Amino acid sequence: MAETAAAHAPGAVAHEGPNYIAVFIYLTVLTAAELGVYGLGLPKPIMVGALVALALAKATLVAMYFMHLAIERKGLWIVAGTPLVIIAFCYFMLRPDLSRRTWASHQEDVVIGHHEEPSAVMPQIPQGKALSNSDQPADSQVGQPNAAPAGGESPSGSAAPAPEGGNAQPPANP
Amino acid sequence: MSEAAALDTHAQGFRDELEPSLTPDNSGKLGMWVFLAGDAMTFGAGIAAYGALRWYNVNWPNPADWLGITLTAVMTFILICSSLTMVEALSGVEHGNMTKMRTFLGLTVLGGIIFLGCQAFEWHHLIMGEGLSIKTSLFSATFFILTGFHGMHVSGGVIYLSSVLLGSLGKEASHHQFKMVEVAGLYWHFVDLVWILIFTFVYLI
Repeated sequence: MAETAAAHAPGAVAHEGPNYIAVFIYLTVLTAAELGVYGLGLPKPIMVGALVALALAKATLVAMYFMHLAIERKGLWIVAGTPLVIIAFCYFMLRPDLSRRTWASHQEDVVIGHHEEPSAVMPQIPQGKALSNSDQPADSQVGQPNAAPAGGESPSGSAAPAPEGGNAQPPANP
Repeated sequence: MSEAAALDTHAQGFRDELEPSLTPDNSGKLGMWVFLAGDAMTFGAGIAAYGALRWYNVNWPNPADWLGITLTAVMTFILICSSLTMVEALSGVEHGNMTKMRTFLGLTVLGGIIFLGCQAFEWHHLIMGEGLSIKTSLFSATFFILTGFHGMHVSGGVIYLSSVLLGSLGKEASHHQFKMVEVAGLYWHFVDLVWILIFTFVYLI
């Protein structure tokens, strides 16, 4: 006990570290177990479940003992836990969207299915541009001279609405 | 003896009061944790996107057909070893032993460099040998983004730990030195933690 007290003095640390060697051995054993599970050729769902469980166990060991979360102020758990909540949210919010696309495109690669839909929307983008350009003069009076080139820029996409917006605003402002 | 032990646990139980979060003494640690939380969200978004894309993609290739497990298992072990040397470095400075601290910090940097060497070898093999690129498929895109983003973190960690090591040269053990190594260690262990997940999710599953 006197020894630890003396050890505390120079570093001014309030705790003895965890048994790092033991944590290291656990991590190595769990990695070996992962490789074992990987090599066994188990059915896919069982293998995936076991590997995820082992990986999470390893990650928990690192966070708890190497990163000292186990002996830190409990307030840090809020900081450490926030990303986990957001990641879970992110994953489960992505799932329904992707599953629908996969059903729609059957055997197709998801990317292809994902990219083709926006490309079908592409022709509508100039319209969006014209809208945002006609918004600019409304926001700031300095932008008014820009309204005319913006209207001239997109005569093909939506010729009617853009000049209309440009012409209608100058009378409205004064 | 038992009284002293009781005192010890007592002291540990009051760490909250002893180490308030927003004192200058602990701002470095809190700052690193907040940074790591943000970083975890970036990695997490990447891994969650990868998981969701892969789960619903029937044409996903078997990673074992493309990626070498032996090399990456060795890389995993190297990173776990470097985490051990990192905590040994911390334990060195904690007990006022700067030589031990510098030795183990140097070994940690070495582990990071070996890891990066392995990754460079792997990437070279995949890009030049197998002709994979980030544009080849969703599989290669997620692979290069996840491992590349992690490799950048290891590179940053090597630079970070090297500068801590260089900054400690000629200095005596102090509370400041302890904090420097502790905060740097948080970063390094986080990089190790992320690799543990990437190794499982990208290579094994």
